[in-house]
Amino acid sequence: MITTDICIIGAGPVGLFAVFEAGLLKMRCHLIDALPQVGGQLSEIYPQKPIYDIPGFPDVKAQTLVDNLMEQIAPFHPSFTLGERVESLERQPDGSFHITTNEQTVVHCQVVVIAGGLGCFEPRKPDIAGLEQFEGKGVAYMVKNPELLRDRRVVLAGGGDSALDWTVFLADIAREVTLIHRSDSFRGAPDSAEKVFELAKDGRINLILQSNISSVSGNGHLQEVTITAKDKTVTNLATDHLIPLFGLTPKLGPIADWGLQIDKSAIAVDTVDYSTNVERIYAIGDINTYPGKLKLILCGFHEAALMCQSAFKYVYPDQKLSFKYTTVNGVPTF
Amino acid sequence: MIHITIEDRNGDRQPLEIPEGISLSLMEVLKASDYPIQATCGGMALCATCHVAVLEGADALPPVNDAEGDLLDTLPDADTDSRLACQLRVDETMQGAIFRIRAE
Repeated sequence: MITTDICIIGAGPVGLFAVFEAGLLKMRCHLIDALPQVGGQLSEIYPQKPIYDIPGFPDVKAQTLVDNLMEQIAPFHPSFTLGERVESLERQPDGSFHITTNEQTVVHCQVVVIAGGLGCFEPRKPDIAGLEQFEGKGVAYMVKNPELLRDRRVVLAGGGDSALDWTVFLADIAREVTLIHRSDSFRGAPDSAEKVFELAKDGRINLILQSNISSVSGNGHLQEVTITAKDKTVTNLATDHLIPLFGLTPKLGPIADWGLQIDKSAIAVDTVDYSTNVERIYAIGDINTYPGKLKLILCGFHEAALMCQSAFKYVYPDQKLSFKYTTVNGVPTF
Repeated sequence: MIHITIEDRNGDRQPLEIPEGISLSLMEVLKASDYPIQATCGGMALCATCHVAVLEGADALPPVNDAEGDLLDTLPDADTDSRLACQLRVDETMQGAIFRIRAE
């Protein structure tokens, strides 16, 4: 078990800067992020884009800002659990928490800070009748181990890059591959699209265009998908697996079940200290909401500073907090 | 003034007037007009919570850009009239257009 003062969920810019503000108050931090690297959206989505509204930086590349934040917090030796998603939160008798990830990493902390940004990216589920009852029983939203599909009948649905790439890849492995796409063209990488059309021409895959899956059926395990074409023709196709690949969409995930007050996919907080309605849980950055909220990195930095002043009482219940400027005191490392 | 019409998920249509030169996206205007648009990603063409169908006036709009097209392509329920409101600037190209809110 990892023991820390503050467990920060989300290692984006705001989560990272919270480590600095916590460090000034001698509070240790552990960060958990579902992505395999720190930086959140900045590193994952727009590392090379310039940001123009960080005070003191006329412009700074997103990745440079992340690198600088990592350098800034290094004196406080934060620890990280990356590539794992927080699943559950358990309150201990003394008020502290145990946080458990999907990989069973457990963190014991006095305070939880949710700096989760957009949330975590989860597969987008299409609206297909009966789909959910076959999840894990033939229906999966990603290919984790292609070997499990060897010599099986597989239906893929979708028109993006991952649908194309998996169709090409599985053509060599599965017994039968069918790709269903609602349009008659693909915007994905032209090479992959061309390959898919070639495989279809050679009869190595079935390509069903201008069609959608309207329902699925089976007996405990998926057995059949029903395909409705644009011209309303309906056909049934026997299969062992269905893999809908419709991209990822940001969701709050398990955090939504922690008893927090949620307002339009964001966590409602008190602007005095960015605390949530659950004691010892704070939310900062893009994931929170309050009257006048602006989703800006600089606002998240401010929220991180105020949050730490408030969280101090849970980490050091017997100490009085006295505010000190870094210019007077330097950066007291530990 | 730019005049557009918004059809909500119940099929009710309301006219919307937007001053010219406002430099906002359709997503921002819809949010400001209290339509239930989540806009989780804040306009980066990532979440599709501002998915709209263009019922009239599609041809006058600027073409789908790469980020928008990539995302629309992954949506299970997108159609040929689908756009992301966050990628559409509200300007004279929108005059008279009718949009239906698609995203949940």
